[in-house]
Amino acid sequence: MIVLGSGGHTAEMIRIVNYLSFENYSPRIYVYADTDSMSIEKVKYLEKNNIDYKIIKIRRSREVHQSYYTSIYNTIYATLESVPHLWRECPELLLCNGPGTCVPLCIIVFLFKVFCITQSTIIFVESFCRVKTLSLTGKILYYIADYQIMQWPYLQKPNNENDKIFYI
Amino acid sequence: MTQPKKTIFVTVGTTKFDELIATMLSREILEALSSKGYYEIILQIGKTSFVPDCSSRYGFVNIEYFNMTANILSYVQNADLIISHAGAGSILDALECKKNLIVVANQSLMDNHQLELAEQLYKDGYLYYCTCETLLNTIQTMNFSKLRPFVNERSKQIAKLIDQIMGFSS
Repeated sequence: MIVLGSGGHTAEMIRIVNYLSFENYSPRIYVYADTDSMSIEKVKYLEKNNIDYKIIKIRRSREVHQSYYTSIYNTIYATLESVPHLWRECPELLLCNGPGTCVPLCIIVFLFKVFCITQSTIIFVESFCRVKTLSLTGKILYYIADYQIMQWPYLQKPNNENDKIFYI
Repeated sequence: MTQPKKTIFVTVGTTKFDELIATMLSREILEALSSKGYYEIILQIGKTSFVPDCSSRYGFVNIEYFNMTANILSYVQNADLIISHAGAGSILDALECKKNLIVVANQSLMDNHQLELAEQLYKDGYLYYCTCETLLNTIQTMNFSKLRPFVNERSKQIAKLIDQIMGFSS
């Protein structure tokens, strides 16, 4: 399951997915926020010769410019909304790169794992934009994701001994 | 013999950045660009109700705009100079197409992390970066022959790492 952020996040994600072997990762389920129709166009373009994929829409947790405070309510709603999707799909891999849209999905998958409902791997790829500081999503997902992939060496590990963070 | 006429593509990504669009269409900027041989400007202005003034002026024979497109790459490929917001997608599109790039930071965004990427790539010598206030100065002093070509293998490396994590050897 691939969570598309929006704009630049989607663009980065599409680049990565483009290098994955679709034979290994099948079927592919793309999740996008309801305000982001551009992302679907990009997925359809990427998957134009394939049929083993589908696209799911969820509510976005925070619009750019929206305050963190009101975004809490949206996040709770989006979290509840994502439960049935994840229950049905049981993804083996949850791949996300921010922004907030992916947090609700990660939380639910994490809880599913805690209660041994599914065995999923959560991988968070920090945005290429993040040179020195982690994104809010990255900080939250530090506790939830199985692996985090960083694109710049300047991003500090929260503690020194840490095998879940990879640098490229 | 006439000088080759050059096109500029301005892109703000999927949000909006009216300040950049307004700055681009100001007299000083258009005159500075026109004196460097640019004659056409295409603006991708994002989710905004802002309506740019597209009348030909100050040496520009064609000024046009649109809000969004799924095929931004074709506009990038057809341009000689890209002036972009600091979004990673837009920056990578421009650099991977080997285009001259000026990144303009949007200072009104929450915890302005966009600056980090632009600053780092500027330090590494791949692009010019500035704010709306310093754009004019950047245009007047820019010299793209001094910049480095950009090679990007990151997405490939990330995909390889994901394969390793998931147990697919490559």
